[in-house]
Amino acid sequence: MVEGLRYRDDAAHEEPAVTLDAFLDQSNATAVRLESDEDARKLLPFLDRLALIEVAFPAFRDGRGYSAGRILREAGYTGELRAAGDVLVDQILPMRRCGFDAFAPDKPLDPAAVERALGRYSNVYQKAADGRAPAWKLRHG
Amino acid sequence: MYKYDQYDQSIVDARVAEFRDQVARRMSGELTEDQFKPLRLMNGLYLQLHAYMLRVAVPYGTLDSRQMHMLAHIARKYDKGYGHFTTRQNIQYNWIELKDAGDILADLATVEMHAIQTSGNCIRNTTSDQYAGAAADEVADPRPWAELLRQWSTFHPEFTYLPRKFKVAIIASDEDRAAMRLHDIGLQLTKNDAGETGFKVYVGGGMGRTPMVAPLIREFLPAADYLSYLEACLRVYNRYGRRDNIYKARIKILVHEIGADEYRRQVEEEFLHVKTLGIDPPAEEFERINAFFASPAWERGLSDDLDLSDPDFKLWVDQNVFAHKAPGYAIATISLKPIGGIPGDASADQIDLMADLAEAYSFDELRVTHSQNIVLPHVKKADLYALWQKLEGAGLATANLDLISDIIACPGLDYCSLANARSIPVAQKISARFADREQDLGELKLKISGCINACGHHHAGHIGILGVDRKGTENYQLSLGGSGAEDASLGKITGPGFDEDGVVDAIERTLDRYVEVREEGERFLDTYRRVGFETFKEAIYG
Repeated sequence: MVEGLRYRDDAAHEEPAVTLDAFLDQSNATAVRLESDEDARKLLPFLDRLALIEVAFPAFRDGRGYSAGRILREAGYTGELRAAGDVLVDQILPMRRCGFDAFAPDKPLDPAAVERALGRYSNVYQKAADGRAPAWKLRHG
Repeated sequence: MYKYDQYDQSIVDARVAEFRDQVARRMSGELTEDQFKPLRLMNGLYLQLHAYMLRVAVPYGTLDSRQMHMLAHIARKYDKGYGHFTTRQNIQYNWIELKDAGDILADLATVEMHAIQTSGNCIRNTTSDQYAGAAADEVADPRPWAELLRQWSTFHPEFTYLPRKFKVAIIASDEDRAAMRLHDIGLQLTKNDAGETGFKVYVGGGMGRTPMVAPLIREFLPAADYLSYLEACLRVYNRYGRRDNIYKARIKILVHEIGADEYRRQVEEEFLHVKTLGIDPPAEEFERINAFFASPAWERGLSDDLDLSDPDFKLWVDQNVFAHKAPGYAIATISLKPIGGIPGDASADQIDLMADLAEAYSFDELRVTHSQNIVLPHVKKADLYALWQKLEGAGLATANLDLISDIIACPGLDYCSLANARSIPVAQKISARFADREQDLGELKLKISGCINACGHHHAGHIGILGVDRKGTENYQLSLGGSGAEDASLGKITGPGFDEDGVVDAIERTLDRYVEVREEGERFLDTYRRVGFETFKEAIYG
C-alpha cells in the first residue's frame, strides 16, 4: 500500500500549498490548493511560477476536479498537478487522462491494483490532456 | 449497421476484464458496497429489491439478429427466461447474480455489445428515432452521429463523475419519435439555407420530479463542431451543475436557474476555447462510420399493393405499419404490449423469434423503441402477411401501436428499489379494461411511473399516472395533456389521487367525456387542448 503516487521525474515540491485566496493575495507562493468549488481559471495568469497545484476531491463522486485538471493543462501548465482526497484506484486512470500526475489519496492504494488499472486500456476514444492518440487518430493517421 | 474494428473491440474487451477485477475486489471485501456502487452502476448493474439488475446497452436502439439471439441466450442462461425492453431503448434483466456479471459481459462482447454507462452519473446510451434510416421524413440517418457520440462519450475521462446522469437523444425529422426535448441534450439533425448539415441543440429537458421541456440553445451547430460543442456543454455543467442536492443536480436545473441565455453565453465562451483543442475527428472518421449505415440493397420495381382481405391482418397493418422511404417496403412495429401483459417484457423464445424474423424479412435489423416495442425497419410489403402470421403464432401481433394499451410503464415496486407503488398491475388493468374500445379511442399515449423519478415518462403521457406512497398505501395521481412528441408538453395533475381500481375508473370517466366532446378526427390530446383541463376535471371528480 502506498500513501502517495507520483508520475514525474523532477524532485517533489516541498513548499506547502496555500489556499486560492491566500495565493491571490500573496504574490510569491509557488504551490496552491484548489477546492472543488473554486475556479481553476483564476490561476491561469500565474501558471509560469507555480510548481504545484493540488486539486481537492472531497468525495469521489465530486467530479469537478477533472475539469479543473484539464483546464490547467490546456492552458499550458507543466508543474505538478496533484489529486488529493477521496481518490480511489478506479479514478486514477481518468485523472491521469485529465492531466493529473500526482496523487495524495486519503486511504492508501494498492500499487499493483493501480498499475493494472492504468495498463488496462490500450486504446481510448477521446483526445484529453495526456497526449494519448484517440482511436480516430489511429484510424486515419 | 456499425461494426467494431480492433479499437472498439479492444476497449469493450478491456472493460470486461476491468469489471471482473472490480467484482472480485468487491466479493473479497476489498471494496465496500459504497465504493463498489458507482463502479457497478457505471456498468449498468443495480442492486434491486430481489436481486441484481443488469441493463445492457443497445446503442441508439439498433441491433442485428446475432445480437438479438445473444439477448435471448442471456435471458435463458442467467435470468428467468425473459428480459425487459426499456424506455431508454435498452434491455434489462431483473434476476442476475453478481458472480455471473463478468461472464455476461464477456458473452455480450462476443457480439459487439456491452453495458457501459447504462447507469451512473455519466453520459448514458444515446437514443434516437426508431425509424432512422427507414423513414421518409428524415434529413439523413441520425445514427452515424449517435455512434460518433457513443465513442466520444465512452469512458470520457472528464465526464465520469458528473453531478447527475446525462441523456442525449438525436433525431433527424420534424416529427419527434424520441421525446428529444425531454432529454438533457436533444439534437435535431437539420440543414441550413446553404444546404450544410448541422444540428439544432436543445439543452436542459428532462422528466423526474421537476419536468422541463428543453430550450433551444444553438439554432445551427455546424457538423464540424459537433463534439467540441458538446464538450463545452458538458464542461459548463460539470463545473457549475448543483451537487448539493441530488434532486437539483440535473442540467435542467442549472439551465433553469441561470437561464437559457446565460447558459448559452457560458457554453459559447467555453466552446471558443475547446474548439482550439482539436478534439473533433476529421470528416473521414464520420464518413467511415456513415458507410456502415448505408441503405440495404432495396429490390427495385416492387409493388405497393397489399392484400388486406384478412380483417385481423388489416387491423395490424393499419395500426402497426408505418410508411417506408423505399417503394414496396414498410416499417413494422412488433408490439410488446399484449392485452393484460407486462409492457416491454419478452421471453427468450420471443426474442429468438424476433431475431429470426429480422434475418428473414428485415435485412437482419431490429430496433428497440422508447415506448418499449420492437421495430423491423425494412420489410417488403409482399412479406408482411407471412410476417404477421408468424408474429400472431407467438403472441406478438397485438395491433395496438400508439393506442391506450400501448402503455409505457416502469418496472415499479414489483422490481425497483426506488419505487413507491406498483406500475405493472395498473398497466395490466388499464389494458384489459379499455382494449375493446381502443380503436375508437384512437391515438392515446398512456404512461405510468411508480415513483417521482418518472422512468415511465408520465409527465409526457397524454394520460399520465404517477404512483406515490400515501401513508403506507399505494396511491395514483392522474395527469392529462402531456406529450413527448414535436408538440412537447407536460401533463397537469387532475387533483387528489386514487387507489389502483379508482385510477382505472377515473380514466374511464375521462375517456367517456372525451368521446362526448371530441370533434371529427380529434385525438384525445387535441380535444384536451381545445376544451381545456376543467372539462375533464369535472368529469373525473364530479
